[in-house]
Parts: sequence; structure tokens; C-alpha cells
Amino acid sequence: MTMQIFADNTLTGSRGTVVVSGVASDAHTWNLVFLQLMIEELGYDVVNLGPCVSPELLVAECEQHKPALVVISSVNGHGYQDGLRLIDEIRGSSELVATPVVIGGKLGVAGELDEGAAARLMSAGFDAVFEDGAKTVVSFYDFMAALPSAATPLPGRTRVAV
Amino acid sequence: MNACFPTRTTGAADETPVDFGEFVRSRGGRGSIVAQPRMGFSDPNRMREGLIATKKADAQTVGTLTLDSYTRVGDHEAADTALREGIALNGYPIVNHPVETTKWVLDGVRDDDFPVQVRHGSATPLGIFAALVALNLNATEGGPVSYCLPYGRTPLQDSVRNWSQCCEMFTRLQEVGVEPHLETFGGCMMGQLCPPSMLVAISVLEALFFCHHGLRSVSVSYAQQTNLDQDVEAVQALRALCAELLPTVNWHVVIYTYMGMYPVTDHGCDRLLASAAELAVATGSERVIVKTVAESRRIPTIAENVAALEHAHTTARAYRPEIGGSTAELADSQTYQEARALVHAVLNLHSDLGQALLLAFKQGYLDVPYCLHPDNAGRSRSYIDGDGWLRWGEVGSLPLGHLVPRGRSRRITSSGLLEDLSYVRRKYDEEPSTRADRSVEVGV
Repeated sequence: MTMQIFADNTLTGSRGTVVVSGVASDAHTWNLVFLQLMIEELGYDVVNLGPCVSPELLVAECEQHKPALVVISSVNGHGYQDGLRLIDEIRGSSELVATPVVIGGKLGVAGELDEGAAARLMSAGFDAVFEDGAKTVVSFYDFMAALPSAATPLPGRTRVAV
Repeated sequence: MNACFPTRTTGAADETPVDFGEFVRSRGGRGSIVAQPRMGFSDPNRMREGLIATKKADAQTVGTLTLDSYTRVGDHEAADTALREGIALNGYPIVNHPVETTKWVLDGVRDDDFPVQVRHGSATPLGIFAALVALNLNATEGGPVSYCLPYGRTPLQDSVRNWSQCCEMFTRLQEVGVEPHLETFGGCMMGQLCPPSMLVAISVLEALFFCHHGLRSVSVSYAQQTNLDQDVEAVQALRALCAELLPTVNWHVVIYTYMGMYPVTDHGCDRLLASAAELAVATGSERVIVKTVAESRRIPTIAENVAALEHAHTTARAYRPEIGGSTAELADSQTYQEARALVHAVLNLHSDLGQALLLAFKQGYLDVPYCLHPDNAGRSRSYIDGDGWLRWGEVGSLPLGHLVPRGRSRRITSSGLLEDLSYVRRKYDEEPSTRADRSVEVGV
């Protein structure tokens, strides 16, 4: 029995490059393996940096690949702190000021982040925050499907409610 | 013994702690289990409370200090910042806390009836081992492969060198009459979807690596997978290979309760943990590391850990396995044949086991499915078959051609992967609850 969470509509021709990355202290990789497959099925090329990526390495890889989107995923509970550190580094690079960057997963040790924490991630420079929940994958899929195909900045930073 | 050290305030257990391996072998096995949590808090008070609660639990237990992720990756500055700003970490930062603080955490808690093991997950653990030696903390876990490949970016070559040095540092405790104990984490590669023969092979190889570096007290891990019959076969294979190959009799098996996507219902969590305890009893395994009902949601509380320890203990006491097939039959299973082929292929590559492991990954003789590490070939794939057994989809260059039938190639999709990743969660959540009073559906 297949639990189909979305149509398997692999596209032909690349819509651009997406960088998928864990955060500095997070060793988990299944979230990254899954995201790579899903984003590839949407027609993007994926550069998967794997787990435990330092902000410096992330910035260097993004400057090299000029991605249409950067997807940060974390599930070990340090996503909030690590996310704040890395978005500062990204926005500090003149080449990455407008690159869309989103973060998702289990971002705090106590389960859900409070409302203020998600807002702080947004004001620090993330374009969307996807907290772990029953519909997170569907929301993220919708977000990805609606992305412009070239590396253009998003119209404005809006929290994606999930 | 205190009389010998009149100026010291610490107890005898701090000077000559019991051998973790001997302790577990004397209390576990033959149908009994030693239960152990994965517990770690950054606050020393809470850490001490957690150890005391573990010790007092209505179960045969050993204690755990689980370290935080910053310490694991060697970012002690970030751990320091979090401590100063009062941000909770996901474990105990043993390198940052002063030695005196950790001594206080352990004082009067650790003793001959309650040894404590440090769990971390680091491929660069020199600082951690230095802290352990300074504290006479003589039990920990990991391995050059299992703490490197799934968990970061450290080159395998560096991890092998680091783990060699750490083993040598750790074995110096033997000179002062303290027996150091190391447990392989190799039975858990990626937590889920790694075929059991690979888990068994890496666990055996890491135990051999420890022994070659002077360890005399070791344990081998195996993480519960998708099917109890297959898991029994795998643990019997692990036991058979350890008996054949390890140069010490002081070894035991530790079962990890499922390490993949955990059920979200209380009855699903309880049943999965019970199944891990049953696996241990059925295979004569001595120790079980438990998981809690909070596992899928957040870091568990002390009370949730205690409940899990007691549930594992009660299950093991009540469980009397039906013997399906003789030990000899189980030991000559498909899993045994595959694991044996993997282990011997690696041992034949080089007389130095560290070098042999490096060559094995370079040549794809060891190749962990879905592992993103640059030193992993990444050509093997696995899937869950219709009968719930975990099988090889692609074997890449693994030396298993004569043992694994070549099937048709399977295209892996994100939805197919997610289906396999959540197989155990679905199976246990959907099973009707046998404990109606506790079947609380957890809203997300």
C-alpha cells in the first residue's frame, strides 16, 4: 500500500539549483535525504551539503552555486540558535542578501517554538519557517511548487503558517 | 577505601569504579535485562536528579550521561554561550562543566551497584575522552565508523585516527586498576533502513578495533529494525561472530530500542519498547537502551525515562520466548552468512584494522544505504519487503553478490522513502491498543 503524500510528478529540465543543508550541531540526515528526493522530483538540481554544516561552509557553497533557494532543516532541537547564527552569516554576504532561505523541522528542545521565536527567525532574515507538524511536508511542497523558477528574490518575507 | 584517601571527600566508586562490562554481564542475560536510558540535561542539578531517578527505578538499571550536540561536534564555545545565556542544551556538556561540578553530579550516585556510561556521538572525541579519564568515568560508546559516517563531515581517516588515540588514552585507566569499557555504536548506522547484516558486520568490526587497541571490556550494539524474527536472526549472527572473533570473553550485547521515526501514540511507543525488551530476552542479550513515549515529540522528562525503564523491565520479566529453530540454525542464517562475508572481506584488506576500514569504504566493501558522507560510496540501497523484512535493493560493490539475488532495480521516490521511514511508526500506531485506559491519541 502506498501512502502517497503528493503526486509523483517528476519534471524534465532543471528549474535551478537548491541547496539543502543541516545546521552546525545537527547530525540528522534522513530529513535531508527526503528533502533532496522531493525537491529533485519538483525539477530542481539539489546540492545536498549533509549534516553538521558550519555557517562558513554554507556561505561558501551558496556563493559558488548561486541557488534559487536554500533549505535549512534541523531536528535536534538546536535549530533556533544555529539558525540565527547562520542567517547572519548568509545575509552578511553581498551575494546572498536576497537569496530565498527557509528553515524547518523541530527547532527547539521543548517541542514547538513559541510565536515570538518564529518571528525572530523571520526578522533575522529567513523567508519562511516550517515548524514540524502533521501538514508540514504539504505546506513545504506548496511553497516549493509556487517558487519562481529563476533565482529571484521572494516578494516579501511572510511567515508560512503550518 | 576512603581511609586510604583521608583528604578526599569523594567515595570509593570515584577512585575504582566497577567494570561496566562485568557488571552488566553479571546482572543481565539469561532472560534478565539491564535497562538504560538515553538521558542528558545541561543543568547539573537536573542531571543528578535524572541519575538518582534512574538508580531508584523499579528495574535493574545503569546510568547515562548523554552529552549535548555542541560538545559532540567540538563547538565548546557554543555550549559555553548557551550555558551563560541559560538556553537548554540537548545534553550534558561534560567538557564545559568544571571537573568538580561533574564529580558533584556523580557523588554518592555512581557506585558498585550503579555504574554510569557516557554517551556522545563524536568523531572528534579527544576532549571528551580527556574529560572522562580525569573523572575516572570508565564506560562510553561510539566507534571510528559509526560515530563518523552518519553524523557529520569529519573525514573517515581523521575519525579512525582520533578513535585510535582515544582508545589508547582510555586504556591508560588499566594502569591504575580501572577497567575501561567501550560499546560499539555500529549496530545503529543511520538509525533505520540499514540491512541487519551490515549493522552486525560494523558492530563486530568496531569491537575488534577496540580490542586491537587494548580494550578488554566491550559491548556490541544492535538497533531494533522492522521485524522481530529478522532481528532475532541478526542478534544470533552477532553473538556467533563475536564468539568466533573477539579476543576477550568480557563482551555483551546491547539492544537499542528502535532508533528511527518513533510512534506518536502512547500504546505504539509502549509496544515498540516492549518488543525491544522481548528481542533482548529471546536472544540472551544483556542490556537494553530504552526510548520513551515522548520520543517523537521532544526530549523526554526524567519521569518519562523512568516509566520506560520500568516498562522494559516488566516486559522482560514476563516474557518467555517460544524457541523457533535451534541456535545452530539461527546462527547459520542468511544474515549470518552476509555479515560474515562482510567482516572477512574487510579483515582481508589490511593487517591494521583502521586501514582495512578505510580501504573497505573506498572500495565499496562497506557501503551504508542513503548515507550522505563523502567517504561512503553511496551505491547501496535498501527497502522494506512485503513481509516487513529489511532487504538490499542495490548492493553496489558489497562482497555479497553470491548471497543476495540480483533483483530488478527500484526507483526510490521521496514518497516511497517516507513510506519506508515511517513503516514502524505506522505499524505500531495502527495496532489496536491492548491498554484502552492509556490509548491517548496525541494531537500534533
